[in-house]
Parts: sequence; structure tokens; C-alpha cells
Amino acid sequence: MTLKKKESTLVNMVVALFVITMAAGLSLGFVNDLTLEPKARARLAKKVKALNAVLPQYDNNPVSEVLRFKIEEAKDSIEFYPALKDSVIVGAAVTGASEKGYSGLVKLMVGFELDGSIKNIAVLEQKETPGLGTKMKGEKFLRQFRGKNPATFDLKVKKDGGEVDALAGATISTRAFSEATQQAYDVYKEVNKMEIKSDN
Amino acid sequence: MANTLDHKQNFLKGIIKENPVFVMLLGMCPTLGVTSSAFNGLGMGVATLFVLLMSNIVVSLIKSQIPNKVRIPAFIVIIASFVTVVEMVLEAFIPFLYEQLGIFIPLIVVNCLILGRAEAFASKNSLMASIVDALGMGVGFVIALTALGAVREILGNGSLFEFRFVSEDANTLILFILPPGAFIALAYLAIIFNRLTHKVA
Repeated sequence: MTLKKKESTLVNMVVALFVITMAAGLSLGFVNDLTLEPKARARLAKKVKALNAVLPQYDNNPVSEVLRFKIEEAKDSIEFYPALKDSVIVGAAVTGASEKGYSGLVKLMVGFELDGSIKNIAVLEQKETPGLGTKMKGEKFLRQFRGKNPATFDLKVKKDGGEVDALAGATISTRAFSEATQQAYDVYKEVNKMEIKSDN
Repeated sequence: MANTLDHKQNFLKGIIKENPVFVMLLGMCPTLGVTSSAFNGLGMGVATLFVLLMSNIVVSLIKSQIPNKVRIPAFIVIIASFVTVVEMVLEAFIPFLYEQLGIFIPLIVVNCLILGRAEAFASKNSLMASIVDALGMGVGFVIALTALGAVREILGNGSLFEFRFVSEDANTLILFILPPGAFIALAYLAIIFNRLTHKVA
């Protein structure tokens, strides 16, 4: 080593830390700028993928026609994506969330047919136990919701008197999933009512 | 002293003699937390390797400019910056992995392996030696996490790198996916690893 180590005087310490934090701040700002656009693109791609999975065939752009609703039970606003085919509404996708998962937030995108029956459900966010709660993304679990209308299909786990088959070993995750689905349905119903009224 | 033989030993030391996970038992938080699948283990290993390499390079370059009394805060700022870079890049370009690793990405900052190498090695050695040290330790960490993830995924989920060899309904040893399974699998892997390397050495 040729250079001698800087002595720990007050000035030296302040200068060294100032320079390091300054350089760190500047480079992080730079990287943040660089990744801002790809990050937004990644989020959008995820959303479109979920929409394609849950909506009936559509030819509009649901992402640009999104409606947002604030309800008391949910922290984030609920997003409502209408699906149109030849300018006629054919269904909608609604987000629903529950904080009661085994490790917090479970967020879903639920696709509805015009009559209110569930077309399909996509999991947007979850932190459930791998191998147990994460099976909510599996075909076997999701199948039981397809084509069911929450007006007649009680969205509660069988253990709580409803009709949903819980995932083995993950009743809490299933409860959160059902609650989120119910929330999406409630919003869908409300919006549907409003639209019918305004149509008349 | 910077000849190739030294570098080779320096590199291999991180993988075998001083393997951060199986021998030194460093960085247990991500080791136990994210290795529920081989892919997660590999992803966390590579992310840590990158941060370790970059922090070792920077610390080694500016070591003479950092006063002794503030070296730890200086190292932590450097490490935290690279971790944040990793986090932003993962979110932008590998969102799938970003979601899987979740909170464990920011927690790379407090992985004692990284601060440990900065303090014990990079702040005292040349740039070249620090790079080799980081690569050795990082590769050792990647191997250990991937192996642990693979064992847990095979036993707990009946698959390897998402490739299933049992049906979705099959009863697997879910214990190995859950936190207690991480301890059990790590213990047995450490025993096997030390047994094998002991014979070699």
C-alpha cells in the first residue's frame, strides 16, 4: 500500500462521509431515472397479462378506460376495467384486495361476465407460504370459481359455512382470497347498478 | 505477491475452505429465508454476488481515503447503494424474481457476509485480490443457496427449477418448504459438505 490512511480528524471524517453519500445519492438518482420507464412498462405488462387472463374477448383498451373507486374497506382504490367488444360492454375486470392473508396483502384481479358470474381470477400480489398458500395461483383451486355467480355462490370457506373449498393447510390464505373476490364482486355490482341507471 | 497461484487459492478458499454458508455460517437470513426453491436461491445468490463484488471493488479503491473511525458507516452507504441499484434493476427487468425475493432484496444490506468481506478483506487488500475474494465468496454463496434451494424444492414440492416430476396433487414433504425445513436441510447439507471437504483436505 502506497497511500497512507487518512487520519480520523473531524474535518476528514465529515468530508469523507459527505463525498460518499453525495456520490451514492447522485448515482442512485441516475439509476432511478434509467429504470423508471422499464419499471412502468413491466407493471403495465403484468396488468395486461392479468386482464387477458380474466376478461372475455375484448377489442378496446381497458387500461386507458379504467375507473377508480374509493371504498371504505380497502386501502387502495379499486380499479374497474371495462371490456368492450364492437363498442358493447361484454364484461369487466375488478381488483380486490384483502389484508387478512397469512403474510398480509392478497390482491386479485377478478373478471366478470355481464351477468355477474366470474370468468376467471388472476392473483396480482401475494406473499403466502410457498407450497401451501401459493397454490391459490394453481388451476385446481381457481377452477371452482369459474362460471360461479357470487350472488348465488357463497364466497366463504366451507369451514365458515360457505361454498369455497379451502386449500389444504392454507385456510387463512383461502379466506383472504375469498374476501378479496367478494370485495371485487361488491364493487362490480355497484358499478353495474349505476350504469343501468344512467342508461335509462 | 499477486501471482496467479495466490489468486487461485484466494478464489477457492471462498468456495471450499471458508464457504460462507456451510463453513462460516454467515448470511443466514437470506440463506434460510428465500431458499424455498432452487430458482430463488440462485437469484438471491447472484444478487448478493453482484453487491459483494461491487462493494469490494469500491471499498478497495477508496480504502486509503476513508478515516478509520467512520469506515463502517462509509461501507454501509456503499453497500446500501448497490443493493438499491439491484432492487431497481430487478423490478424493471426481472419483475418475476423481484416479487419472489420481496423484502429479502433490501435485506442484502445487512448480510454480514458483505460487510464482513469489506471490513476484513477489501479494506486491507489490493483491488485485484479484493475482486478475486468477492468472486470466490460470492460463487461459494451462490452454490450453497442454489443447493439448499434445490434440496428443499425437490423434497417439499417435487420439482426442480419449476420442472415437476410428480403430479400437482401429490403429497410432498411440505415441511421442507416451510421455515423449519430450511434449518433441517441446511444442517444436513453442512454436515455432508464438511465431511466431503474434510476428506479432501
